[in-house]
Order: sequence, then C-alpha cells, then structure tokens
Amino acid sequence: MDWQPIWITLKLAATTVGVLLLIGTPVAWWLAHTKSRARVWVEAGVALPLVLPPTVLGFYLLIALGTNGIVGGPFESITGSSLAFTFSGLVIASTLYSFPFVVQPLQGAFEASGRNYLEAAWSLGASKWDAFISVASPMALRGYVTAIVLGFAHTLGEFGVVLMVGGNIPGQTKVVSIAIYDHVEALEYSQAHWLSGGLLLFSFTVLVTVYAFNRRLPVHLS
Amino acid sequence: MSTIRSRFKIQYAGFSLETDLNFPAEGVTVIFGRSGSGKTTLLRCLAGLEKSSAGFMKFGDAVWQDESKKLFLPVHRRPIGLVFQDARLFPHLTVRDNLLYGYRRTEPTRRQIELDQVVDLMNLQPLLDRRPQKLSGGEQQRVAIGRALLKSPRLLLMDEPLANLDAQHKQDILPFLIRLKREMRIPIVYVTHSLSEVVQLVDTLVLLENGKSVAAGPANEVLSRLDLAGKVGPSAVGSVLTATVAGHETEFGLTRVQYQDHSLYIPEQPLAVGSPLRLHLLAQDISIALGEPQAPTSILNRLPATVLEIGSMESKGSAVNLKLDVGEPILATITRKSLAHLNLKPGMQVYANVKAVKMVHEIEEY
Repeated sequence: MDWQPIWITLKLAATTVGVLLLIGTPVAWWLAHTKSRARVWVEAGVALPLVLPPTVLGFYLLIALGTNGIVGGPFESITGSSLAFTFSGLVIASTLYSFPFVVQPLQGAFEASGRNYLEAAWSLGASKWDAFISVASPMALRGYVTAIVLGFAHTLGEFGVVLMVGGNIPGQTKVVSIAIYDHVEALEYSQAHWLSGGLLLFSFTVLVTVYAFNRRLPVHLS
Repeated sequence: MSTIRSRFKIQYAGFSLETDLNFPAEGVTVIFGRSGSGKTTLLRCLAGLEKSSAGFMKFGDAVWQDESKKLFLPVHRRPIGLVFQDARLFPHLTVRDNLLYGYRRTEPTRRQIELDQVVDLMNLQPLLDRRPQKLSGGEQQRVAIGRALLKSPRLLLMDEPLANLDAQHKQDILPFLIRLKREMRIPIVYVTHSLSEVVQLVDTLVLLENGKSVAAGPANEVLSRLDLAGKVGPSAVGSVLTATVAGHETEFGLTRVQYQDHSLYIPEQPLAVGSPLRLHLLAQDISIALGEPQAPTSILNRLPATVLEIGSMESKGSAVNLKLDVGEPILATITRKSLAHLNLKPGMQVYANVKAVKMVHEIEEY
C-alpha cells in the first residue's frame, strides 16, 4: 500500500483550501457587494477553470511557473528554488483550478444575506469589519461549509493540471489520482482498486456528512 | 430649542431628492409621502446610509455631515437607532442576543437604557430565548425597536415600521409606540405613507412630493392647510385635536373626552380617565350650522367655530373645503350649494357638527 500519494494529496487539498479561503473570501465579498462594471469580467475570470480543459490551465501555469516565467522567475531569484515540479507549484495550480468552487458558494451566501443585515449592524454601532465578523460570516456559514468541502474535494479530484505542472515526482508531487493512473498503466489493478475505492468512499462520506450537517444549521435564509 | 438641520441633494436615474429642512429635535417628526416621494432616501441620508454630495446635517450642536468640509460621520459612529420596515433581526442570534447587539457596542458610560427596561416596555420577556424566525411580524418589530433603543440612541429613525404588518398587528404595536413616545425622551423621525398610523404620535409633519419638501411644520398647521388638502389624502384628511379622556358612558358604548371647554363623544376607548389622546376629524364628517339647532338632533358633537378661509372653487365637482377655527384649525368639506345657501364668509361664527370622530384604526389607508 503506497501511503505517500495519499498523504501528499491530503496535504495539498488542505493547504489549497486554506489559501483559497484567504484569497477567495475578499474576492467573493467584493463580487457580492460591488456595483463596479469590472464585476462581470472578474466573475468570468473566476469561472474560467470550470470550462477550460485542465491542460490549457496547466500549460499556461507551466510557462508562468517555469524558471523563465513571470511568476517562477522572480520566485526563483528570491528563494533560490523553482516552482514548477514542486509542491508549492502544485498549491498555486490547485488554488487557481479550484477557485470557482470556493468563490461561488461564498459569493452566493454573501449575496443571500445582502446589505440589509449589514446596515442593521452598522446602525447598532458595528464597524464594517465587526459587522463582517459578527453578522455576515455566521450568516454565511453554510456557504463556508460548502466552499471548504467543494474546494477540498475538487482538489482531490485534480489530474490534468497536476500532471502538467507537478510532473510525477514520487514523494513530492505524486498525488493519488496520478498514482492510480500509473498503477493502471502498469496493470497493477489491485493497487489501483485500493486507491480508487478509498477515494470514492472518502469523497462520498465527506459529502454525506456535509449535506447532513448543512440541513441542521440554524441559519435558514430562504 | 435644539433642532435637526439638514440639507441633501441626491440624483439617481429617474429620481432626485432635494431637501432643506429644520425640525425640532424632540417629539415625533413624521416624514410623509407617497411611495417614490423620496421619504426613505431622506431617512437614509439622516442615518448616514446614503451620502449625498454637498450634503449637510447637524443634530443639535453636533455636525454629522458637512461635505463642504469633507466631514461625514459614518453610520456606526452616529448615536442613532434605526428601525427598518423589515425588522432585520439577525437570524443566527436569539432575541436576547439581538437585543444586546447594540448595547454591547455602546460604551458603558453612555448607556442610558438597560435590558430589563426595554423588555418591560416592549413586553419581550416571553420571547427572549427564541429565534427571530419563530416570531410573528409584530413581535419581530417590537424586538427591532427594543434593539435600537438598547443602543441608547439620541435620535430614533423609523422607516415605515408598521408597513409590513396586517391591520391587527398594527393595532398591537401602536400602543408600544405611544408608550415609547411618552416614556422615553428620544426624538423620533418616522417615515410613513399612512397618516392614520401616526395620528396618535405626530408632532411635526414633513410632506414630501417628488423628492421635495412641500410643507413642514407643526402637524396641525400642515394638516389644515387648504392648499395641501389633496396632497395629504384622497379627500381632505382633516385635522388632529388633542383631548383628554373625561369619562365613560359604558351603557351607550361611548367615551366622553374634553377638548378645551367642550365635551365630545367618541366610540368607547380602553383608556383611563385623564389620559391624553388625539382625535382625528375627517373633513367630510364635519357639517356646518349657522346657529343652535331649532329641533332636537342626533348630532352629539358640536363645536363653536369661526370660518377662517374658504378653499379654491376652481376644481370641478360639488365640494369645497373650509378652514375653521375651533381653538385649533380644522378642515370641513361641504357642498358648493351649501356654501352659497349659507352665504359663508371668512370671520363668520358658525357651529361645526361632527358626525363622527375617527379613531386611528377606522381611518382609511392612503
């Protein structure tokens, strides 16, 4: 049983979700509340990974993250290490790839609670940040749960982008989906069964837990 | 007297608001107008939720907005309480935590109202541990008012707080609003499109039309202005008199009230003798007689009056409005034929026969 790809996969998904929440929350907040004309452009940009073949995203990322790329170059000159074919590179790629899965549920949740409750909070003496923490965030709890689960699950299911950007380096960038591919290529069906069955069971359990939990949340807006 | 001075100018597509107002920072100021007249926008400007360029607002001596000096106090720094048409209670908090939301964000030294007081005033004890979603509309609105009060505001702004409630729940809330006005010394600005719900409350009336203030002043003066009659309601709405309960005649189902030197009878009210109340006289319910009746009459309520002014005759139709002085100005609608027949002129002494004194809930919605 090869535990290493499983460990790397979980670590990648958890890190990606963390980064996504940090970046995705302000983006989702902005999209939910802005009246700017730039909104449609940003929304379209966020949704791109949903429609693009992973290879397209992977291809551009490979170029950008490479030693001479616009991201990889500066990164290498500062840190001395490259981004392509590393775990860090994978995190960047996964973050972009799973971006809509985190931003969209959050945006929906922020839009559902709307400006009205914020106005009430402000009028009661809460600053904008206070109102975000004490009113908007708890009211968007369902959105957060959905965003975390979808972001995590979608990162688990990644294949094309990882293959393009991360290569297939055991112990560093070899995640479960690629390990399964390798096993099948090598006709090692029993190992492929273990990993595939495990991923299937895990994903299903997580989703059931979340849907059950979501039904019981105290905040029902609609 | 301390006043609320404001000047706002806001332009949206298809709508503009341009007001310059100065009203007392005490009692209840009602901003009245049709939907689309800009009354909610005006309230939002006062609250600091809308920022008008070239806007100015001063509460007493405190300047909250002066765009010429780039001064704008953000809404969360203003000592206001805000009650919305939809209660906007936070769904993730219990009633108790909703009530305390503003209280906890008010400096202890500035707190003037405690939870127990508000629970008592608004009768909230049975609701405290419940979730807002489980409350009726009227209960939600009571909690919302309590929540605003617990911030110890120096100005309470209410945006059609009864508009979403059915007639029964309106009746349930009104006594609380009357208590609020009597027991708390907080100036209230109250936006509504229904004068009937505020007859018991209003002191100052601001009439808005198409984003502009067409009249502002003591409610009685504004309501009895002949030139505004059509703007206040479908027919001349009439006037509001302040009276006191003098006694009950239960066998007839009547309450006797004292208005200046006169007794008037109204449908029995569940009020203690000595309580003040407002009487709403619809112009169409008042007829004119030139002297004491010769024969017995069924009319109970008669007030000696002086004709002050006769309304415009230009409008088509058979009716004309008169302005009478019965100690306070009131309006009466009579036919043009009667006007000619009685040969009424300003300055004449007449009797105003009041066919009915409407109480709040009987008045037609505008």
